[in-house]
Formats: sequence, structure tokens, C-alpha cells
Amino acid sequence: MTVREGLLALLHEGPRHGYQLKTEFEAATGGVWPLNVGQVYTTLDRLERDGLVRITGAGESSAQKVYEITREGTDELGAWWEAVPAEDPPPRDELMLKVLMAIEHGHQHGLRVVTRQRTELLALLQRKRRERTAAGDTGGLAAELVTEALMARAEADLRWLDRCEAVLVEQQSNRTKGSK
Amino acid sequence: MGYPAVQFSRVVKAYGEGETEVRALDGVDLTIPTGELVAVMGPSGCGKSTLLHLAGGLEHPTAGAVAVNGRDLSALDAARRAALRRDEVGFVFQRLNLIASLTAVENVALPLELGGMSAKEARPLAVEALASVGLSQQLDRFPDHFSGGQQQRIAIARAVVGGRGLLLADEPTGSLDSRTADEMVELLASLPSRFGATVVLVTHEPRFASWADRVVFMRDGQVVDQTRTTPPDEPVVAPADELVP
Ligand SMILES: Nc1ncnc2c1ncn2[C@@H]1O[C@H](COP(=O)(O)OP(=O)(O)O)[C@@H](O)[C@H]1O
Ligand SMILES: [Mg+2]
Repeated sequence: MTVREGLLALLHEGPRHGYQLKTEFEAATGGVWPLNVGQVYTTLDRLERDGLVRITGAGESSAQKVYEITREGTDELGAWWEAVPAEDPPPRDELMLKVLMAIEHGHQHGLRVVTRQRTELLALLQRKRRERTAAGDTGGLAAELVTEALMARAEADLRWLDRCEAVLVEQQSNRTKGSK
Repeated sequence: MGYPAVQFSRVVKAYGEGETEVRALDGVDLTIPTGELVAVMGPSGCGKSTLLHLAGGLEHPTAGAVAVNGRDLSALDAARRAALRRDEVGFVFQRLNLIASLTAVENVALPLELGGMSAKEARPLAVEALASVGLSQQLDRFPDHFSGGQQQRIAIARAVVGGRGLLLADEPTGSLDSRTADEMVELLASLPSRFGATVVLVTHEPRFASWADRVVFMRDGQVVDQTRTTPPDEPVVAPADELVP
């Protein structure tokens, strides 16, 4: 998602002021994507230039302008909802690259880095769990689902690190057996 | 107070001899502070169950020392060790925790009666322990009347009844569906703050381990790392020198 797509999605629900868009954008994304007002107006200018939104009930200052989505804007938004993230994203994942580079330095180093990464990820899960317990039900649905997403990703990464550990340990014990 | 609930010092546990010797624990140093929930993770066969058995005095170290509440288990005679196991330690296993021919409340009262209490004295304490895990109905039914999750709750009640402060749980969620397992871990996680209990939880699931104050990772009979307990917003900094090859 880009800011552009996010604003179109919000405008699809009805005309809005720039500042209102900023607030709603941040709330909808559970606080993980803060925007400044300037960014919102720049994006709205481009959307207007491209004919995807238009100004209704214009006032003197930009703060008073109300924006609404056009037919073309609705089409573009529809295409975005339909689009599926590329099926085969390039596997350029920071954690994976770090572990691969570590193994390049030798099994022992690989195992140490795997172990450390796993500990830090689990510590992250602990922090998220505590934050969520502390927030109770007050954080709202978006915030809760953001935490769920972070936790699900951390869990997936942890499973992968467990696999790395198992493979490294197995290779190592095969080597020691082979050298006997 | 003052002593950790469990202290392992250079503990080795070997099974078999010579060629066939297996070191289930191979030099474990570990402190489990009183009133914490500590999760133990690691691949199958790395020594997690052995660690719990030694912490609860069910087995003895080949070398090194295990202390519970400040008392070195190998310095106690058999009778004192049995008393400590009965009065201070509770176990919860993956399944087969309850005696089928005893009712829920009788199962929970059993450790108290084995300790010399009369059935009449033990019953109210058992009822109270069951209430503390959320069970207050049909306590005179037999275990097979209850769901898997309820049976594990009864097992937890039996492990903490009479104010026993150390609960050792070996993959207690293994046979439960995920929602029931979540509830069970939440219950275990509440024991330290509600009763000052210390809980050691062996689990494969990161989401369960995330409830813990501290997570210990094992591999090949050794503790390879643990998460530190830090305030939520304090960044955890890894010692960089260890990671530079
Ligand atoms: N009573 C026993 N006799 C012989 N070997 C054992 C015994 N108990 C455990 N082991 C061995 O010790 C190692 C650790 O076992 P265990 O503590 O059960 O691991 P985990 O609970 O992490 O799966 C394994 O290699 C296991 O086969
Ligand atoms: Mg085990």
C-alpha cells in the first residue's frame, strides 16, 4: 500500500478534509504509519492532477478544502483491492540474509547467530505480549491486529530459525562422525 | 525468601555408561528466581524433561548440584527429599495426570492426604485450589467426565494445592486444542502474581513462551541462551563481540 492508495480508500467512504484524512489514515493503520499533513496535501495534489480526486466546497486555505473521489479514482482503488502481492517476492529478507552470511563464516558462527536471533525474536514476542496485556481492550481493533501480525511474523521467523539450527546441528554431527 | 526457587550448578545427568553414555544434561548452570514464569525451549531430546525431573527431585544429578529454595537436594536424606517433593513441588505433564478412580476433588486432595492430612481437612483446601483454576462445579465427578482442558486445570490445582510454590509443567498443552491451550498458559502465567508461585513451563510454542518472564533455550544438554527480563521499553542489547567471527 502507498499513501495514495490509503487516501483513495478513505475517500471512497465520503468527502473529507486533508487533516481528517491524516487522522483517519493513522488510526486505520493502527499507529504504525504516522503521516505529516504536508505529505497528505502533496499526495492529494497529485491525485487531483491525475483526476482521481476533485475538490468540492473549496475554501480560501487548503485546510478548508474538501476532497472527493472521482470515477477514475474509484476504478484505480478497485484495481488495487484486486491486486495480489506478487506471488514470488524476491527472497531478500534481512534475517535470512544475515543468517546465510553468518553460515558463510562457518557452522559455529552460524549457530551462534541463529541462537542470538532467536533469543531476540522471542524477547520481542515477550515485549509485544506485555504491551498487549497492559493495553487490555483499550488499544482498539487495528492496534490489536497489528500486534497479531507482528507476533505471527516473529513466530514464523522463529520456526525457520529452529529449522536452521536443526540442519546446522545435523551437518555438524555428520561431520564429526565422518572424521572418526 | 532470598533464595532462587531452583538453582542448577554445573549439573551433569548421564544415562548409560561408556560407549552408550548419553549426557541428557551436560554442564547446566541455571537460576530460576522465585515468583517467575520461566519457559524452557529446545529441540526434542535436548534435555528439557530431564531438567524438570532434576528440579523436582525425581532424579539425581550425575555431577553438580541442584538446590530448591536454597536447599541442596543431594544433601537431604531420602525422607526429607520426599517431603520436599510432596510439600513444595507440583508436576503437570502432557497427559495422564489424574487418577481415574478418584474424583476431581479427591485427586487434588491426594497430595495433602499423603502428607498426613485427614480427608476432612484436605477437602476444603482442594476445593479452594480448584476454584483458583476456575473450577467450582461437579467436583465429585471422575476425571473422564471433564474435558481435556478441565482435566489439565484439575492437574494444576493438584500441583499448587496447599500452597506449594514450585510448579513444573512439561508440555502441558500438548494434547489440547489451540484455544484451550492458550487459556491454560494464561492460567499458568497468572500463578506468579496471584500466589507468588514459580512456574517452569516446557513448551515448543513461541506464543506460549512469550508469556514467560524469562525464556531459556537448550541444545544438546546445555543452556545456550536466555532472554533477559527487561522493562518493556528498554532495548535488549546483544554483546556484539560474541557475534563477530
Ligand atoms: N531414562 C533414560 N534412559 C536413557 N536415556 C534417557 C533417559 N531419559 C532421557 N534420556 C535421553 O536423554 C536425552 C534428553 O532427554 P529428555 O530430557 O527427555 O529430552 P526432551 O524432554 O528435551 O525431549 C535424550 O537423548 C534421551 O534419549
Ligand atoms: Mg520431554
